[in-house]
Amino acid sequence: MSAPDYDPKQVSLLDAAQLEAARDAGLAAFAAAGSLDELALAKTAHLGSHAHVALANREIGVLPPAAKGDAGKRINAVRRALDEAFEARKAALEDERDARVLVEERVDVSVLPGTVLQGARHPLTTIQERIADVFVAMGWEVAEGPEVEHEWFNFDALNMPADHPAREMQDTLWLAPEGSQVVLRTQTSPVQIRSLLARGLPCHVVAPGRVFRNDALDATHSPVFGQVEGLCVDEGITMAHLRGTLDHFAQAMFGEGLHTRLRPSYFPFTEPSAELDLQCFACRGASGVPGGEPCRVCSSEGWIEWGGCGMVNPAVLVACGVDPERYSGFAFGMGLDRTLMFRHGITDIRDLYEGDQRFTLAFGTEA
Amino acid sequence: MRVPLSWLRTFVPQLTASADEISAALIRAGLEVEQVHRSGQDISGVVVGRVLDVEELPGHKKPIRFCHVDVGARVHDVVCGATNFQAGDLVPFALPGALLPGGFAIATRQTYGRTSDGMICSEAELDLADSSAGILVLPPDSPLGADVVELLQLRDEVLDIAVTPDRGYTLSVRGVAREAATAFGVPFEDPGLLAAPAPSGGYEVRLDDPGCDRYVARTVTGFDPAVPSPDWLRRRLVLAGMRPISLAVDVTNHVMLELGQPLHAFDLGTLQGPVVVRRAAPDERLTTLDGQDRALHPGDLLITDDRGPIAIAGVMGGAATEISAGTTSILLESAHFEPASITRTARRHRLPSEASKRYERGVDPDLAASAAETAVRLLVELGGAKAGPVTDVDHRAPRPQVTLPAGKPGQVAGRPYARAAVLQRLTDVGCAVEGDDVLLVTPPSWRPDLTGAAELVEEVVRLEGYDTVPVVLPTAPPGRGLTEGQRLRRTASRALAASGLVEVVTPPFVSERLVETLGLTSYAPPRLLNPLSEEESLLRPALLLGLLTALLRNTGRGLHDVAIFETGSVFRGHGIPVEEVPKTSQRPSDEQLTALDAALPAQPRHAGVALAGRRSGRPVEVGDAVEVLVSLARTLGLELTVGRGQQAPFHPGRCAVLLLDGEQVGVAGEFHPRVVATLGLPTRSVAGEIDLDHLVLAACRRGPVVAPVVSTYPPSSVDVALVVPDDLLATDVERSLRLGAGDLLEHLALFDVFTGPQVGEGRKSLAYALRFRANDRTLTDAQVLAARDAAVARAGADHGAVLRGT
Repeated sequence: MSAPDYDPKQVSLLDAAQLEAARDAGLAAFAAAGSLDELALAKTAHLGSHAHVALANREIGVLPPAAKGDAGKRINAVRRALDEAFEARKAALEDERDARVLVEERVDVSVLPGTVLQGARHPLTTIQERIADVFVAMGWEVAEGPEVEHEWFNFDALNMPADHPAREMQDTLWLAPEGSQVVLRTQTSPVQIRSLLARGLPCHVVAPGRVFRNDALDATHSPVFGQVEGLCVDEGITMAHLRGTLDHFAQAMFGEGLHTRLRPSYFPFTEPSAELDLQCFACRGASGVPGGEPCRVCSSEGWIEWGGCGMVNPAVLVACGVDPERYSGFAFGMGLDRTLMFRHGITDIRDLYEGDQRFTLAFGTEA
Repeated sequence: MRVPLSWLRTFVPQLTASADEISAALIRAGLEVEQVHRSGQDISGVVVGRVLDVEELPGHKKPIRFCHVDVGARVHDVVCGATNFQAGDLVPFALPGALLPGGFAIATRQTYGRTSDGMICSEAELDLADSSAGILVLPPDSPLGADVVELLQLRDEVLDIAVTPDRGYTLSVRGVAREAATAFGVPFEDPGLLAAPAPSGGYEVRLDDPGCDRYVARTVTGFDPAVPSPDWLRRRLVLAGMRPISLAVDVTNHVMLELGQPLHAFDLGTLQGPVVVRRAAPDERLTTLDGQDRALHPGDLLITDDRGPIAIAGVMGGAATEISAGTTSILLESAHFEPASITRTARRHRLPSEASKRYERGVDPDLAASAAETAVRLLVELGGAKAGPVTDVDHRAPRPQVTLPAGKPGQVAGRPYARAAVLQRLTDVGCAVEGDDVLLVTPPSWRPDLTGAAELVEEVVRLEGYDTVPVVLPTAPPGRGLTEGQRLRRTASRALAASGLVEVVTPPFVSERLVETLGLTSYAPPRLLNPLSEEESLLRPALLLGLLTALLRNTGRGLHDVAIFETGSVFRGHGIPVEEVPKTSQRPSDEQLTALDAALPAQPRHAGVALAGRRSGRPVEVGDAVEVLVSLARTLGLELTVGRGQQAPFHPGRCAVLLLDGEQVGVAGEFHPRVVATLGLPTRSVAGEIDLDHLVLAACRRGPVVAPVVSTYPPSSVDVALVVPDDLLATDVERSLRLGAGDLLEHLALFDVFTGPQVGEGRKSLAYALRFRANDRTLTDAQVLAARDAAVARAGADHGAVLRGT
């Protein structure tokens, strides 16, 4: 065995014990670092270019080839240990810092800047849209007509000639002067006429809108109120179709399983005619039978008066140029105010027309 | 129509159902029974008493009388506030311990310094009437001490029925009884079939107008006008809602209620010459029963004698021929008049009467003779009268027949009905039916509403029950959904709400004063012929008026920050009435339809806004109203131009007009200080209004949006501050900048407005941020500066704008 061909003093850096000592010193320094700044200093001292590991690495070159591999492994193991310890400590210190900053940055999230302005739409508007959507989904279309209407559309064509007592059923507001022939429409039914004249057949339309009566304003009456009119004219339309449509409409508006009821009545523009009752959506009719729990929505009737309906009078079809021998149809109409009142528990109709912001705001924009 | 069940049951003797059952059955058959009124159920201890003496107690605010009332068993002291009785009268007397309707218990008490040991009752207190002016004085032959409940047959049930215009026959006990009999399948004994003596030698009657096709006249003589109506008669009238008056009048009313045939009783002694039915001559007048002197219209059908009008046919009699306390000879009229003529006359004279109500809906023309006979018999039996000869002028046309395919009711209902059921139901309502597959139907004389197959179908379907009609959902052909305009109007409504505005719906009735105050008279708002109130007799020519009212209501309720909107029609001007309203026997021609629409005023849909108080933490300003409308247009894809306006009711220096493609579509502004003061508006309130129809139409016409090219090259931003005259609109400067800068300008925003000594008197500085970008390259500094300079130069050329600090 010959003497080593390198300076043993110089390569003492590669000595296993020294490397371990350097490693332990580094690990201790990293663990002791109390802040990211201290950790950065410790990193320079133990992993920097003048650190023991770096210096030892430089000495590998002087080792004989046989010893190089072994020394390299030792150094790498130490470096890896130090790197890992550093990264772990750094992550821990960063977490601590972040947690502290996030606590310091806490604000009261319930204090709002008030830049979003809150508007709302009137329930009379949104219910019209809701109803229209139900019928549009069935393939019907939405028809419209003017609020100030010619008496021919409002009365004559609806089988109410000039001296018909039915004209007296509604207190009509007429436009001046005498003989103007013009009224504030008393019903949305003139839209039936306009639809039949303009659209041709078959005709499936729904017409929500405002109507007017010479009725003083009180808690349950308004001279202005909303109505929705429905009209279906085609070949082979029967009263069974009317009942089917009304049940579907009632269920779409008020819930599955509800039914409607027809009571014979009179409207000049339908024959047969019927009053339309809706099964109470609150008690579902239960309050109306003997022994039932009282119901406030329907006054324990079990049913709510909802509107009128019937099969289109042949005279109406004739006035619109529709052959009543070939076509038949049904029509219905209901009060929107009334619908809103029982749907939302509104007790005074004036709330709908006074324009108090607090009332409308409660309904949001889509009610 | 109020129908006492005791009365009804006399014609349906086998009807054993309860009042509630009858009510439910009639409702199911289409009679609107509004309520079942029960009278006399909870009355006890009321007896017939005789007033012995009456002592007026002075010194009270209202008349107070102290009386002694003899009830047979003893004499009671009683204090009474009514004055319509005197010593000797028989009255209903509630003994101490008696119960009156509503659980009202009578007890002995001290009042007005006397003892009151019971109570003298009025009709209202006995549930005989809704209200009564005094106490009820009983006929002199009432037995002293008798139970009044028994005597007056107070216990009864009354159906209160709202009669629809097609069912005139149910304005009679006869008509309702027939429906009840049908509903329960029990026999009906028709009281309208009483045979009358053959006409001969009666009072002369001439029908000179086709408005009357039947006139039965009966005379009675030797009538004792002093005989009072018997209790049963008075009781029936009261239960049916009429006031007993005198035997002769009560008899005519009783027959009308029972059969539905209005009768009129003339004092025979006041008539001169034949009764002639004719239209009014020019300038004729008549003082009617109610004491009113009325100018008659040439369309009014009259009953006349040699001296002129004696009654307005079917509506009201004349005062001069009215039967009086001394009438002993009576001419009874039982006639049939054309409904439309009666309707017109009753409306013209504002005289809805029990008679006209029935004639308007159609009275059974076959009934005239038997109704008159019924009345005559009562007058003979109760009033000691002698029946005179009969006149019956009969111009009735034969009743038309209606053909009805037997399967038609099933076709309409959507379910089959057996032919036998169809026949049965038609017979139930009184039709005569012949034929097999096609039925030849003669409707009964009391059903003038059954004019066609549709009406007959209804009778079958309603009597078989609407609840037996099946439930089938029809299939509509594929629809097109909402129209573009309908979609856009929804968008507009949502946009306004999204701008922080709250929707209101206001009535369209406005006052002339408000229209004048706001300076909107030139819009010519239409006037109502019969307004709800004289004050608000115009239709709104603008939404502003309703918005103002709503604004004031909110501030009046302590809500100072107001931001509201409304959408809806406004009404302006007036149309031209058509010369002849089209017939309804066929579709009107297109020309006729155009003419009908031309009779209407303009009624475009508008959107309006009003704001007051604070918004976004600062006081509202005119810009808020302008901005929400400009923003509304933008959501519809339209860009409005803002110009300076001077329009009522706005502050001349704070008013903007809104233009679309150069055409004014809206206005916004701060309210004129004078308007603010007059109406008590919050100071600095602002409002705006825009023609929504115009916007929607423009948006529909615009077609699909052409997508922009989104450049990914870097932008270059430059700010410029321009000094301009301070009356110049920023929007005008902006337009010039855009024109000058050309296509490279991607975005421009005003970020500062400054006035002060630094920029000089009468001038302001407008600072804009400009962002330039090209679609195909990165712009050089030189290119950006050149574009900026061109923009500034254009503003300079157009408005004399100069760069600040140069």
